[in-house]
Amino acid sequence: MTGPKIIFYILAAAIVVFSVLSVADRRILRAAIYLLFVLVAMAGLYYMMNFQFLAAVQLIIYAGGIVVLIIFSILLTSQINSKLDPPKLGNLLLGVITAIGGIAISAVTIVKYGFTPANQPAIEPTMRTIGHQLMDTSEYGYALPFEVIGILLLAALVGTIFIARKT
Amino acid sequence: MNLSSEIPLQYMLVLSTLVFFIGLVSIIIRRNLITMLMGIELMLNAVNINFVAFNHYLFPNRLEGHFFTMIIIAIAAAEAAVAIALIINIYRKVGTVSVDDIEELKY
Repeated sequence: MTGPKIIFYILAAAIVVFSVLSVADRRILRAAIYLLFVLVAMAGLYYMMNFQFLAAVQLIIYAGGIVVLIIFSILLTSQINSKLDPPKLGNLLLGVITAIGGIAISAVTIVKYGFTPANQPAIEPTMRTIGHQLMDTSEYGYALPFEVIGILLLAALVGTIFIARKT
Repeated sequence: MNLSSEIPLQYMLVLSTLVFFIGLVSIIIRRNLITMLMGIELMLNAVNINFVAFNHYLFPNRLEGHFFTMIIIAIAAAEAAVAIALIINIYRKVGTVSVDDIEELKY
């Protein structure tokens, strides 16, 4: 066992265990906190794969933004110690069967498929490269998606204010 | 640091498959809108792991998976904000966030 392997197994175990807990726990506030742990462990996974900027984005937007938003809405719409209804037996069976079947099919396909390993030299995802490519309009530039995302966020902001205002 | 000598790509993909289907179970078994939204966030994150893993293992000479993931995170933030605005508006008007009790399109 080497260092990266041990860290990967710890992160993977944390991700799987906490996502199961966040689905299974009937206390909704705890489910949100378990979701936070899953997202933080995923940021660690990005960091392992050398995408430091992405790990920071994941921590800031998901752990800092979306989970806080979800906790706010939980506190606005339910009591702090209220429990969710237990799932209907039919739904529970359907969900578990779907999950096991889907995981089995996908896992068999993934393990059987031979991926061609990369043979090109890797580039370092430094801030300079990321910034240049995000504003570039040539072949590997992402200026158009960047602008479209800006418009989408503006539209979402205006729409959200319009929906949530008091009439 | 390249992980491919330590951890095969398949491990990452199986991990993201597990998270994706756990999120799907959350959508199927829960009737609370906020819990279903949390399931959707889990599924989006599973897809993000896939993009980042493919970028790191198979195409390390460009950053396509990296930018895809950034765009997905931005869209997930917008989606969560709109969904929570809708949920709070529904709660104001109907008094519950359970999908079984929300049966009128126009209140």
